[in-house]
Amino acid sequence: MSGDTEDTGETLGTRGDIWGHCGDIWGHRAAPAAGMSSDLDVFVGNTTLIDEEVYRLWLDGHSVAEAVARRLRGGVLEREGTSVAVLQSDTRDHYRTFQMLERLLHVPPRLLQQLLFQIPPERQALLVQRYYAFDEALARELLGKKLSKGTKKELDEVSARTGVGIRSCRRQFDNFKRVFKAVEELRGPLAENIQQLFLLPPPLARDYAAIVFFANSRFETGKRRLQFLSFADFAACAQSMMGHWSQGALAPEAAEPDGDLPKSFLQDLKELKVLVTDKDLLDQHKSLVCSALRGKISVYNELEASFKALSRALVNVGGKLTHARDVRDFFVDLVEKVIEPCRSDKWSPGDLRLFLTHYTAAPRNLPGFRHQALWERYMAAITACLLRMYHD
Amino acid sequence: MPGKLKVKIVAGRHLPVMDRASDLTDAFVEVKFGNTTFKTDVYPKSLNPQWNSEWFKFEVDDEELQDEPLQITVLDHDTYSANDAIGKVYIDIDPLLYSEAATVISGWFPIYDTIHGIRGEINVVVKVDLFNDLNRFRQSSCGVKFFCTTSIPKCYRAVIIHGFVEELVVNEDPEYQWIDRIRTPRASNEARQRLISLMSGELQRKIGLKVLEMRGNAVVGYLQCFDLEGESGLVVRAIGTACTLDKLSNTSAFLPACNSPSKEMKEIPFNEDPNPNTYSSGPSTPLKNQTYSFSPSKSYSRQSSSSDTDLSLTPKTAPSPQGPRIFLFPSSPTLSCDSPHLKKSCLLLSGSSIKPLHSSHVSPVVLRKSVSFTEELLLAASGMGSGSAGKEGGPFKTLLRQQTQSALEQRGGSPHRFCRRREFPFFTLTTFPPGFLVHVGGVVSARSVKLLDRIHNPAFVGIMGNTRSYKLLDWNSFNSDEPETRDAWWAEIRQEIKSHAKALGCHAVVGYSESTSICEEVCILSASGTAAVLNPRFLQDGTMEGCLEQRLSWQPGFFSIGSEKGEVDFFPQSQDSSSLLGIEEASPPGCGFCHIPYDELNMPFPAHLTYCYNCRKQKVPDVLFTTIDLPVEAIVVGKGCLIQARLCRLKKKAQAEANATSISNLLPFMEYEVHTQLMNKLKLRGMNALFGLRIQITVGENMLMGLASATGVYLAALPTPGGIQIAGKTPNDGTYEQHISHMQKKINDTIAKNKELYEINPPELPEEIIGSPIPEPRQRSRLLRSQSESSDEVTELDLSHGKKDAFVLEIDDTDAMEDVHSLLTDVPPPSGFYSCNTEIMPGINNWTPEIQMFTAVRVSRLSNINPTNQTLNKNFNDLCENLLKSLYFKLRSMVPCCLCHVNFTVALPEDELVQIAVTAVAITYDKNQALQANKAPTEKSQQRASTDNEEQLQFPLELCSDPLSAQPFSPAKEVLEGASSHSGIPAAQRDRCNSWIELIKLKAQTIRRGSIKTTTSLEKASPLAEGYLRHRSVPSCTNSTVSVVKMTPLSFLPGAKITKYLGIINMFFIRETTSLREEGGVSGFLHAFIAEVFAMVRAHVAALGGNAVVSYIMKQCVFMENPNKNQAQCLINVSGDAVIFVRESELEMLPVQPSTAAPQPTSSAGDVTT
Repeated sequence: MSGDTEDTGETLGTRGDIWGHCGDIWGHRAAPAAGMSSDLDVFVGNTTLIDEEVYRLWLDGHSVAEAVARRLRGGVLEREGTSVAVLQSDTRDHYRTFQMLERLLHVPPRLLQQLLFQIPPERQALLVQRYYAFDEALARELLGKKLSKGTKKELDEVSARTGVGIRSCRRQFDNFKRVFKAVEELRGPLAENIQQLFLLPPPLARDYAAIVFFANSRFETGKRRLQFLSFADFAACAQSMMGHWSQGALAPEAAEPDGDLPKSFLQDLKELKVLVTDKDLLDQHKSLVCSALRGKISVYNELEASFKALSRALVNVGGKLTHARDVRDFFVDLVEKVIEPCRSDKWSPGDLRLFLTHYTAAPRNLPGFRHQALWERYMAAITACLLRMYHD
Repeated sequence: MPGKLKVKIVAGRHLPVMDRASDLTDAFVEVKFGNTTFKTDVYPKSLNPQWNSEWFKFEVDDEELQDEPLQITVLDHDTYSANDAIGKVYIDIDPLLYSEAATVISGWFPIYDTIHGIRGEINVVVKVDLFNDLNRFRQSSCGVKFFCTTSIPKCYRAVIIHGFVEELVVNEDPEYQWIDRIRTPRASNEARQRLISLMSGELQRKIGLKVLEMRGNAVVGYLQCFDLEGESGLVVRAIGTACTLDKLSNTSAFLPACNSPSKEMKEIPFNEDPNPNTYSSGPSTPLKNQTYSFSPSKSYSRQSSSSDTDLSLTPKTAPSPQGPRIFLFPSSPTLSCDSPHLKKSCLLLSGSSIKPLHSSHVSPVVLRKSVSFTEELLLAASGMGSGSAGKEGGPFKTLLRQQTQSALEQRGGSPHRFCRRREFPFFTLTTFPPGFLVHVGGVVSARSVKLLDRIHNPAFVGIMGNTRSYKLLDWNSFNSDEPETRDAWWAEIRQEIKSHAKALGCHAVVGYSESTSICEEVCILSASGTAAVLNPRFLQDGTMEGCLEQRLSWQPGFFSIGSEKGEVDFFPQSQDSSSLLGIEEASPPGCGFCHIPYDELNMPFPAHLTYCYNCRKQKVPDVLFTTIDLPVEAIVVGKGCLIQARLCRLKKKAQAEANATSISNLLPFMEYEVHTQLMNKLKLRGMNALFGLRIQITVGENMLMGLASATGVYLAALPTPGGIQIAGKTPNDGTYEQHISHMQKKINDTIAKNKELYEINPPELPEEIIGSPIPEPRQRSRLLRSQSESSDEVTELDLSHGKKDAFVLEIDDTDAMEDVHSLLTDVPPPSGFYSCNTEIMPGINNWTPEIQMFTAVRVSRLSNINPTNQTLNKNFNDLCENLLKSLYFKLRSMVPCCLCHVNFTVALPEDELVQIAVTAVAITYDKNQALQANKAPTEKSQQRASTDNEEQLQFPLELCSDPLSAQPFSPAKEVLEGASSHSGIPAAQRDRCNSWIELIKLKAQTIRRGSIKTTTSLEKASPLAEGYLRHRSVPSCTNSTVSVVKMTPLSFLPGAKITKYLGIINMFFIRETTSLREEGGVSGFLHAFIAEVFAMVRAHVAALGGNAVVSYIMKQCVFMENPNKNQAQCLINVSGDAVIFVRESELEMLPVQPSTAAPQPTSSAGDVTT
C-alpha cells in the first residue's frame, strides 16, 4: 500500500534516529504501484489508546516494520480479520503516541499533570511501570559501573551478551542514569525518594535504589568469580547494606543520602579489627563460637580449622571500607575469602547461618570488647549478604 | 453598557527553558483585552513561576465583551534583547455573559504557540461583573444562549421555536495581506487566530441580536463555519435555530427533557409577546387555503376512548382501495389551488444551477438538460429533491415571493415585523420534541457554483489598501456591499431549498445545514435539509389563544374538504379543555412522519406509494431519505448501519468561468450517481430509509469528489424493499448470461446476509389485521425483479417507470460492471461493531458509559498516471473502506460497541491528494442486557405509555383540529393491538395504569432502574418495542467520576444526565512548523496538533467547571505542506457545548421524588425556572 517496504530499519536509536528514519517512510516518494498511498495517517482519541502489546514492542526497541512483523506472527490478522496495511497504520499511530509520551515518561509526575494526553490513572501507572522495568541481565552487567557516556558506548557489547536489543539497552541505561541523577543529591531513604520522584511500585523502586547504590559505591561485580551472583542477589545485598548501615537506618531524617555509606560508621569499623588483631580476643571468640556449635553443624572440624581465617576475612572486609579502592573489592573479598573456602569445605547454607549467628552473638561475652552495637550492626548486613550469596 | 472583566494570573508550570545558559526562564504575563494591556511582574529563574498577580480589571462595554477574546501572552524577560514569546492563551469569555452558565473561568490552560505547540500551562482566574442593560438599541446580545446541539438541550424545554437565524461577516485574510511577507509566520498566525476569534464573537453577537428581536433567548443547532477564500477574503458565517428555552429546574427523572415541551406548552405564560392579536385570522384565511404548507398537521387527532375501537377497525373494513385514498389526501384541493407554482418548482427540481458569473449579472444559466433526467430518476426513487430550481427570472420569483407568505409566515400577523425572519422556515435541529414533526417529505438540497474573484468591491480594496486595519468593525460599515453579496448568494440557495420543500408539500425544512467547498477561485455553495410538515403549535410565538383562534378559523374550510372521510374525521373539538388540562397530543404513533405530505395525484416526482405498513391509512413512499435523526417515536425493525456513497469525477483543469461551468455541468451527474449508489446500497442491506444523510461534494483542481453518508434503517411503516436485479444488455451470449446470474446470486446472498446481520425480520402482517388494500402477496414477496411493492400492475408495466427503477442494474458496459462490483466491496463491520452517522443507533439501547471520541485524518496520494473515473472511484472507495477498517481495528477492545455520529469530511488539498477526516464516538453497549432485562420493561412501559395515552384522552379534544389530521389516532393503537396480541399481554394489564401520570412515573422508574425484570415476556421482535428501545435506557454504570473531560459528537452521554450547559466552545487554531521532518513528518505533526486541540478544548471546559463537551464537531481541518521546504501548516476549527454531567448511578441516590411527587411532572408550572 505505501512505501513501507523501505521500513527495514534495524536501528532506531534516539528520538532523532527514529524520526529521521520514519521521515523516509512517510516522505513523499510516490509508491510504485498504482493506487493510493497514505502520506498522512493519524488517529487521535480523546482518551489516549494504549495497546500493551505495541507498547512492549516499542519498549523493546523494535522498528515499526519489526513490530508489524511480530504482531503478524502473533496472529492478530487471523483474530481480527484485518489487513497488513491496517496493522501498519495502527502500529505507527501507537509509536507516534509513545514517542510523544516518552518526554513525559522521563518525568513521571508530569505525566500525571500534563493536559496533552488524557490517560486513565491505572493506564498511566502501567505506562510508567513498563517504561522503567528493566532486564535483570542488563542491570547485572551494569551494576557498579559508572553511568557515564563511556559505559553507554559499551552497550553494544552488553546488548550482544545479554540478548537485549540495543535500543532497549540504551533506554534502560538512560533510565538508570536519570534515576541516579535525580536522587544523587537527595537526603533520606533512597528507595522512597525514587518511588516519589518516579512513581514506581515499591519493589521496582528498591531495585533502582540498589542500582543507584552500586553505581555510587562502584562495587566490583564483573569479576569472574562473581559471575554466579545474579542481579537479585546483589540487589538484596544492597538493600541489607543500606538498611543496616546507612544513616537513614538509624535516623530517618539523616543528612546524607542513603547511597553513600556514612563516613563515621565506616571509620568506626576500624575499631572492630581488635577482634582479629588481639590474639586473646580471637581465641576466646573462637572458643565461644566452637563450643556453641559443637555437635550442631556437620562441618565442625572444618570450622575449627578455618575459624581464624574466616574471622579475619570478615572483620577486614569492614575495615577496608574507608578506602574507595578497597570498597570496590567488597564482594570479591567476601566471595574469595568467605564463600569459596566454605564452599570447598562443603558447608551447607544452614551451617553458615548457624555459624554467623553465633559468630555475631559471641563477642557479647568477650571481656573488654566494647563495640557490641557497632559489631552487630556491621554483621547484620554482612550476614544477610553472605547468606544471600551462598549458593552455586 | 459596561461590564467589568477581572483577570488574575496565578501561576505557570512546565514552562519551556528559554535561557540556555541557566536552563531556566524569567517569565511574565501580558493580559490583553481590547486595547488595554496589563503585565505581571517577572518571576525570575523558574519553570514553575508563581505570579499570584493582583486582579487586572478591564472596564468595557458588553459589545466588546462579546466580540473580543481575552488574550494572555506568556513571555520570557530578556534584559538585553526583545522579550521572547513563550505562547498564548485565548479565552472566550462568552460563557460568563449569561447567568445560567459558568460564573467563573478558573484553571490550568495550555500555553499555545503556533510554531511550537503547547509549551507549559498557566493558571488563570477570570470573572465578569455585568451590569444590567436596558437599552433597547444596544448592539450587544448578552444573555442569548448558544448551543451546538441540534436538539433541544437536555435540561431545557422549548417554549417556542422561532426559526432560522443566519449571519455572516467578511474580512480580509491576514495571511494574504502584504504585511505577511515581512512578518514572521508566528505573527501572521496569531493575527489570523485573533481575527477569527473576533469575527466569531461579532457573528455570535449579531445572531444574538436577531434572536432578541424575535423574542427568543437561545440559539440551538448553532453551526458556524469559516470559508477561507484566500485572496478574496475570509468569511465567517453561521446558522442556527432561534428558540425560547426554559430551564427545567428538575429535569424529571430520565424522561428526555425534550418530551416536556409538548406537554407543557400550554402552561407557559406567554409574557414574551405583548402582541397576542397578531393572529388575526380573518384576512389570511384565503391565503392559507392556497398554501398547503398550512396543512402541517396531518397529525394525530385525539380520540375518545369510546371511539378508538371503531377507528382502529375502520381500515380493516374499508372495502376498496379507493375509499381510503380519497379521504386520506384531503389536502389535494389545497394543493391544487396553487399548483401553478407548485408545478413549476417541481419541474425545476433538478441537479444544480450554475452561476459561474457574478450574481449581479443577468440570469444564470439553467441546466435544462440535466433537469429532465435528474428529477425523474433520482427523485423517483429516493423521494429527494435536489439541486436547485433554476431561475426563471421575474415571474417565477414573484411567485416564490408569494409562496413565501406561507402559513407560517402569515401567522406572524404583522408581516413587516417578522418578514425577514419568516423568510426561511428552516430549522437546524435534527431531533425534535415528540409531536413536532408531522410529516417528512424527503431531502431537499441545492448547490451553486460561484467564482470568488469577482466579489471584490472596489471600495473594499481601496479602504483596506489604505488603512490595513484588521478590525472588521472599522471597515465593515464602509463596505456593506461586501457581506451583502455573500448574503445574496446564500439567500438564493435558501430560496431554492424552500421552493423544493414546497414542491414536496412541506412548509418547513428541518435538519438544515450549509457548507462550501473552495478550490482556488471556485466555490461550491451547498445547502440541504429535509422538507417537513411541522406541528404549528411549537412554532407560534404568540399566545396559545391566538393559535387556537386561528386553528378554529381554519377548520371550516378543511372540514368541508375532509368531509368525505365521513364520521371518523369529525370529532368534537374542545380545545379549551384540552389546553387547560395540559394534555397535548400523544406522541405520534411512530409512522406519522413517514406519511407523504404531498398530494398523491399531483406528486412532485414519480414515486411508488403504498399504504403505510403500520397504520394502513396513509400513503407512504417506498423509501425515505432525510437529513435528520431518527425520530424517537419511529418504529424500526432491526438495527441500522452506516451507508456511504463515494464518487470521483475527473474534471479538466480550467480557469475561472470555464472551470465553474464544467463543475456546474458535472454536479447533476454526480448527484445522480450518488443517489443511485445510496439507493443500491440501501437495497443491498434490505433497508428502506436513510437518516442523517449528508452529501458532500468537494471540488479540487482536476476532480470532484462526492461523499454521502447516512444511516440506513428499516422503518416498519414503509414497504419491504425489493432486491436488486441485474439485467444484461446482450442476452444471447451464454457465458455472459452465466456471469450475470452469478452476480445476481452474489447480490441476493449479500442481501440475505445483511438482513441477518442487521436483524431485519419485519413481522409478516396477517391480512386480517392489515385490512387495507395492500399489494398482492405475490408482489410483496421479493422477486428477482426487485420492485417497490406498492405499485399496481399498471405502473409496473409502464416503461418509463421501469427505466427509472433504480434497482434494476443494467450492465451495458464495463463501467456498470465496475459499479456492481463496487457495490459488493463494502465489507460489513466486524462482529461486535455497528456504525451509524446519527446520534443514536437504531436497535441498540443499552449503552454502557464507556465512550471514546476520536478524530482520524488520512491524506492519500492518487498516483495513477492516467486516472479514469473508474480507477479513481475504486481508490477513493478503498481509502474510505480502509479507514473504516482501521477504526474497527483500533477500537476492537471496546467490542461490543457502536460507532456513532461517524462524520467524514473530504478535502482535496492538492492536485493528487485526497484528505479524509473522520470524527466519531465509539460507545460500548451491553449485549446481554439488550436482549433480556432491559428490553422487556421498556417495551412494556412503552406500550403502556401509548395505550394509556389513548385511554387517558377521554375528552375528544384534539385541537389539532386540522381535519387533514383526520388521521385518527388509531395507528398506534393498531400496532399496539397487534403487538400485544402477539405478546399476549392481558388487556387488564394494559389498563392498569389508568392515568397518564402514572404511566410517566412508571416509565421514568423503569428506565431509571434500567434492568428491572418484569413478568411480562414480550416477543422480542415487536417492531414497536424495537423502535422505542432505541431510546437510551440506562444500564447502571459503575465508574465513579474521574477528573477527566469527556468529549462526544453526540448531544448526550450514555449513562449520564447533563445537569448544566456552561456555554459554547468555539475554537480556532493554527499550527505551523518549519521543521516538519524533525517533528515526525506530516503524521507526527498533525497527530501532535490534534492532540493539542483536544487538550485545549478539555482545559477550557474544565476551567468552566465542566466535565464534558457534547455535540463536539471538528468543522474544519485544513492541512497544507511543503515537503521541500520542510514546512507544514494546519488550521483546525472545533466547537461543542461545555456541560456538567452526573452519572445516573450517582443520581439514583436521589429520591425518585421528582417524577412521582409532582402530580403532573411535565405540566406543572412548578418545574419552570427562569
